[in-house]
Amino acid sequence: ALEKGVWRFQVSAALREGHVSPRELCQRCLALIKSTRFLNAYISVAEETALKQAEESEKRYKRGQPLGILDGIPVAVKDNFNTAGIETTCASNMLKGYISPYNATVVQKLLDQGAVLLGKTNLDEFAMGSGSTDGVFGPVRNPWSYSRQYKEKSVPKSHSEDEESNWVITGGSSGGSAAAVSSFTCFAALGSDTGGSTRNPAAHCGVVGLKPTYGLISRHGLIPLVNSMDVPGILTRCVDDAAVVLGSLAGHDPKDSTTIQDNFKPFELPDSPDVSKLSIGIPKEYQAPGLSSEILALWSKAADLFKNAGAKVIEVSLPHTRYSIVCYHVLCTAEVASNMARFDGLEYGHRSEMNKSTESMYAATRREGFNDVVRGRILSGNYFLLKQNYENYFIKAQKVRRLIANDFLKVFGSGVDILLTPTTLSDAAPYMEFIKEDNRTRSAQDDILTQAANMAGLPAINVPTALSERGLPVGLQFIGRSFQEKQLLTVAKWFEKQVKFPMIQLEEGKWHNHDVFQHQKSASFS
Amino acid sequence: QAVTVEVLDHLEQLALVDFRDAEGVERLQKAIRFADQLQEVNTDGVEPMDSVLEDRCLYLREDDVTEGNCTTELLKNAREKVEEYFVAPPGNIPLPKLEERETFLKGS
Repeated sequence: ALEKGVWRFQVSAALREGHVSPRELCQRCLALIKSTRFLNAYISVAEETALKQAEESEKRYKRGQPLGILDGIPVAVKDNFNTAGIETTCASNMLKGYISPYNATVVQKLLDQGAVLLGKTNLDEFAMGSGSTDGVFGPVRNPWSYSRQYKEKSVPKSHSEDEESNWVITGGSSGGSAAAVSSFTCFAALGSDTGGSTRNPAAHCGVVGLKPTYGLISRHGLIPLVNSMDVPGILTRCVDDAAVVLGSLAGHDPKDSTTIQDNFKPFELPDSPDVSKLSIGIPKEYQAPGLSSEILALWSKAADLFKNAGAKVIEVSLPHTRYSIVCYHVLCTAEVASNMARFDGLEYGHRSEMNKSTESMYAATRREGFNDVVRGRILSGNYFLLKQNYENYFIKAQKVRRLIANDFLKVFGSGVDILLTPTTLSDAAPYMEFIKEDNRTRSAQDDILTQAANMAGLPAINVPTALSERGLPVGLQFIGRSFQEKQLLTVAKWFEKQVKFPMIQLEEGKWHNHDVFQHQKSASFS
Repeated sequence: QAVTVEVLDHLEQLALVDFRDAEGVERLQKAIRFADQLQEVNTDGVEPMDSVLEDRCLYLREDDVTEGNCTTELLKNAREKVEEYFVAPPGNIPLPKLEERETFLKGS
């Protein structure tokens, strides 16, 4: 335990040794959620059931029979995962009031390990967006907006300006989950990742965001956006925790036939990872237009870190990178057009009062239930799928997808083990700036560094790296080979140890009781 | 070229979602222009990719009933139901034509 460093303290060990009880931990997290309501990270808080789960966990610890490392650990889940008995809204009017009759497989797995489900986190409506600003419950605020580090660097523009107008976005679409982890209200959260939706907010909120290989973790119960690219994402405060959560979630699920049938073995990461035998690729196309000079410098410094550790660092090329966003745009809207067709008001969700005919009821329901972004994507998708457009847009995009996937195959086939890239073009934008452009433009800009990994189905992870000049988190991304999460996380852990990303310094008044932090402040639970 | 009103109308009927206003239509126009960039890529001889797992066999389970009998659970979320049925308004009535519909496209 000493080896982990004084400022990293294992909550799981604390639970086992009885320094804190699951109920206490749960109560503190719930209290913190209440006092950080202004972040708008949570849509639903399942206080009663969480406390019950914590009680059960406590009984198990007293008997000396915890279910595993996750027993008693408070977690949060993005509100596009079905949770039995708890409202699942996807931040949309279409599903307001929808109480799911079942748990998504990943939720069930967490619960089976004894995790305590605190609540459902906020997102962009139906996970469409890169800011977590376009949901029906309002935008999520980045906890770093209220950090001493950010406050010290921000220059008040006028005497009357207060922090209300200065807050920055979390990124998205899993912004609520990222904010929940970053603000210590939970130890791990589930997000989803279709174009970068887990890694992007992880970078902006200074947390670890893992996108697993497509096919490793079950999507059963994850309300789908793009069936061929969606994956559940994992958000934690350190890489070791991400490995633990991955261990409990990965593996074949008979209820999701797109999960591979290979035997998955949960793994522990080495205490002292060694990167000297690795080959790290630096894709030159990721020096995208708009990349901030700060991030470019950090990326370069990171490459040097690997070089100095003995790793082989080489420049590589992924020539079709710049088409990945256009390709995504077509494939995503096409799959969305299909996936959103299930929302017709008949079996669940919002139903319009209109009842002249089935068609007009469906049309009115969808008119009332979906926001502009969702409707826009459905209409675009249907356009690309029209007979006259199918070949030129949909099939064309599928061909370009293969070219993008092949780019990666070639690079990994040439001996490169891991790719190192930035995760985002810049640090988090102030909300007032972000909303000046529309959702599609923003998504196109922000997903540029993360999207290709979804296109090719590869695992990728954001590791918080440093603070920007504005005092906000910046992360770097590692992309690995298919199903080589162990290697990916090992490299990520090594990097994490090198950069020693600072802990968020929250202003005391704002965050209620400082005692609440005693066990949360530790980055890790494992 | 701009998308014709006929196509816009057709899309509203296919999608059962409306454009709402000029912004909605413009959004589609922008989306199409954006997607047109794909034409720059040479895809001669390239096969379309449906799934990154195309080299693997999809898992098919045995055709046995292993769960069910959850009618009550499933009906809980429906607004209108009678006994074990979801109740829908009369079908086989096509959506009103453009001129008779509540749509922004009317009179375009």
